[in-house]
Amino acid sequence: MEYNKMEALLEKYFEGETSIAEENELKNYFSSLNVAPHLEQYKPLFGFFADAQKEKFEKDVPFIQKKQKAAWLSIAASIVVLIGIGTYAFFDMNKENENKKLGTYDDPKEALQATQKALALLSNNVNIGVEGVQYIYVYEVTKEKVFVQ
Amino acid sequence: MNQKEFVLLINPFKDKLFRLAKRLLVSTEEAEDATQEILVKLWSKNENLETYNSVEAMAMTMTKNYCLDQLKSKRASNLKIVDNNFTDKEPSLYKQVEDTDSLNWVEKIINQLPEQQRLIIQLRDIEQCEFSEIAKITEMNETAVRVALSRARKTIREYMLKTHSYGIQ
Repeated sequence: MEYNKMEALLEKYFEGETSIAEENELKNYFSSLNVAPHLEQYKPLFGFFADAQKEKFEKDVPFIQKKQKAAWLSIAASIVVLIGIGTYAFFDMNKENENKKLGTYDDPKEALQATQKALALLSNNVNIGVEGVQYIYVYEVTKEKVFVQ
Repeated sequence: MNQKEFVLLINPFKDKLFRLAKRLLVSTEEAEDATQEILVKLWSKNENLETYNSVEAMAMTMTKNYCLDQLKSKRASNLKIVDNNFTDKEPSLYKQVEDTDSLNWVEKIINQLPEQQRLIIQLRDIEQCEFSEIAKITEMNETAVRVALSRARKTIREYMLKTHSYGIQ
């Protein structure tokens, strides 16, 4: 006798027209023991809905502190990295400056002298090389002697 | 608002957020992460939280949007592995208790529905929200919610009848 009503409610339910109270009535009916055999198939559906309602969120509520800690850490880390890069660049620049100082003269006279000295050194060395091959003309003389035309 | 007040404020509906996330994301771990993410977001808004007339509805909408984003990005990166894929199906073999098995069936069927319908089923049949609330959370109008709900319920019924009479007809 009750199932007539339930059938009508089910019909409404599948059309999406039941109110929450009516849906609860359906849930109660299907969780009871005397469900009409031909409606048995809907039992798991409403059983599932009742079951799924009980699931709980078990993890802790996270607060922002954790995130802030991480933010501080990253700020500290980036400062350290910046200092590292800064000091490296600073010392590197100093070195470069020293290198540059090695090659310059402020006084033009001194510069002239140094240039002349360097050029003299160069020409001396070139002359040594030339002296070394001076005797090569001997070959020419000997060749003339041997292959007399 | 201090931590204590915040916890008191969210306690009534944090399980609801989790269940909604789980319905959409399927995996429990992902749902937990999503819920925490939403709670962190709420906490960071904490100063002007009192100005909203329903924090719960806002939180539900945030969860919905977050989960849909999550699903979209997962799909974009072609990562379809859900931890459910690895769960051992053994227990249901020897457990053989038909009832729990059919409850699993219902869950499986619901998880196959399109996201929008899953969302509405979750809100209506599990959380028992009024249509006006659902319309607000899903950002749809009430008629569309009703239509989607009816469609979802009918799809579930169809699948269930198929499963129920499997091998008989």
